[in-house]
Amino acid sequence: MGGWAIAVHGGAGVDPNLPKERQEEAKRLLRRCLDIGISALHSNIPAIDVVELVVRELETDPLFNSGRGSVLTENGTVEMEASIMDGPKRRCGAVSGLTTVKNPISLARLVMDKSPHSFLAFSGAEEFAEKQGVELVDNEYFITENNVAMLKLAKEANSIVFDYRIPAPGTVGCVVVDKEGRCAAATSTGGLMNKMRGRIGDSPLIGCGTYACELCGVSCTGEGEAIIRSTLAREVAAAMEYKGLNLHEAVDFVIRNRLDEGKAGLISVSKKGEVACGFNTTGMFRGCATEDGFMEVGIW
Amino acid sequence: MGWAIALHGGAGDIPLSLPPERRLPREAALRHCLGIGIAAFKAHKHPLDVAELVVRELENHPNFNAGRGSVLTNSGTVEMEACIMDGKTKKCGAVSGLTTVVNAISLARLVMEKTPHIYLAFEGAEAFAREQGLETVDSSYFITPENIERLKQAQEAHRVQIDYTQPVQKEVKNGAANADGDSQIGTVGCVAVDSEGNLATATSTGGLVNKMLGRIGDTPIIGAGTYANHLCAVSATGRGEAIIRGTVARDVAAVMEFKGLSLKEAAAYVVDQVPRGTTGLVAVSSTGEVAMPFNTTGMFRACATEDGYSEIAIWDSPSK
Repeated sequence: MGGWAIAVHGGAGVDPNLPKERQEEAKRLLRRCLDIGISALHSNIPAIDVVELVVRELETDPLFNSGRGSVLTENGTVEMEASIMDGPKRRCGAVSGLTTVKNPISLARLVMDKSPHSFLAFSGAEEFAEKQGVELVDNEYFITENNVAMLKLAKEANSIVFDYRIPAPGTVGCVVVDKEGRCAAATSTGGLMNKMRGRIGDSPLIGCGTYACELCGVSCTGEGEAIIRSTLAREVAAAMEYKGLNLHEAVDFVIRNRLDEGKAGLISVSKKGEVACGFNTTGMFRGCATEDGFMEVGIW
Repeated sequence: MGWAIALHGGAGDIPLSLPPERRLPREAALRHCLGIGIAAFKAHKHPLDVAELVVRELENHPNFNAGRGSVLTNSGTVEMEACIMDGKTKKCGAVSGLTTVVNAISLARLVMEKTPHIYLAFEGAEAFAREQGLETVDSSYFITPENIERLKQAQEAHRVQIDYTQPVQKEVKNGAANADGDSQIGTVGCVAVDSEGNLATATSTGGLVNKMLGRIGDTPIIGAGTYANHLCAVSATGRGEAIIRGTVARDVAAVMEFKGLSLKEAAAYVVDQVPRGTTGLVAVSSTGEVAMPFNTTGMFRACATEDGYSEIAIWDSPSK
């Protein structure tokens, strides 16, 4: 066994003119999340729990596009989605269309652990949340000034923002392999700025935005439509499983060859304790660490 | 090579003792839908149009679990979902949580063609349907007495029918669904390839009997229940939760590509990897091959190729 490894991301596709201060803020948050994950790993907490707790942290912080700080729909509201997957038995849980659940990733976990299904959405998901007693808040809680301003800009430009002329914050995710070689992945997002009501992106789609199996754990970010078309997360695992590539080769292969015109990035870990990130966007907020002491936080 | 088409009306624990009054109408429906697909190809329609047309027909037929005849949620309502994908461009469209749209597959197509998104669900999807002027009706249109009965039985058995490892508890009542709920009724789908190798897939469903409100299955998840690329087009049916974990539709194409297997070999391989009793699929390849493997007791299915071959079946057949 190669030891534990962890990676986090706060979105692919970064405004090249992002002020230094914001860059530092982002790196601080990523580092903090890495530390939380590393600390948990040192306490022998299993991968599936580590990814959940790290993503909760990212959701709670308003900096990135998930939980509080989520981008807004065309109606100015927030509709959040998330998914989580546990490598060993490929159990999974996903949620979409959440408007009052404080931590979508935890609801996704409950779908996986406490329901007979894999994916719950909209009012059915909110009902389930209520029954499970998870923390609920008003939709306003999630809305930040920054995003209100950005929605206005997007409407003026009449665009869905996945366009770096109007840069928007990105999806968050975490992948972990623990000391026992168990991989897990978790992704959470508010989706696309100015999206249509009811729009579901790649983040809650198992095999697209999130995937974990015996071999690896993957979380993607970027153009949702491109990630879905290329079933990006599963692609990394399939390249390893069917093509015999190692993690780095698989990530490289997939980013180079599977995205066509799409722009996206991903983080991944393998059961051997490797970690690999790849993106064809201008930058991806990310951080990674391995048991042997390696640690890196980066944007470009 | 010529065109090829395959369609399904669901894989499941279809009892071999299915009485004629339940078997014959379904076989007739399969034959009818196959005929529609064949006619569409003869009229040189694009595979995307063929797949959509056939699935619309299956949705309209009350004996399959899609559109009219959709199984019911735990609240006695319908929540329908569908997905369509074009192999050449990998453009796709998906919808979930529909309650009034007569043909979910057509809404999925509109999402693909008329929005910058791939997937719309629940109220947002319903609103889009109205904007697009798609045919909508009162929800009661979709609900059949058979499905009300199925729901009742499932609720009496206190189970959501997802666990095939659990022993079948009760005998079939009048040929209606047993406590396992959806034995005789499943998702519908169609895959098509024209003589130029253009591929398309379409899947549509009411989901699982007694499902929780808001539950989404494998059908609208690209790579799980539905997938097409330049190699093949796949539509899966069975236990949504297992098909999602197994990324079934995507894996058929991946296995063909990475392991160099033929369509039939790849499809059989993938179905074999998923737990017994959970999955079936129909697939066509860019070279006109057809595969319809399943690991359940049966799968309502039909296929035809331009050279005149056609098949309609429910249980095991030599050309599986």
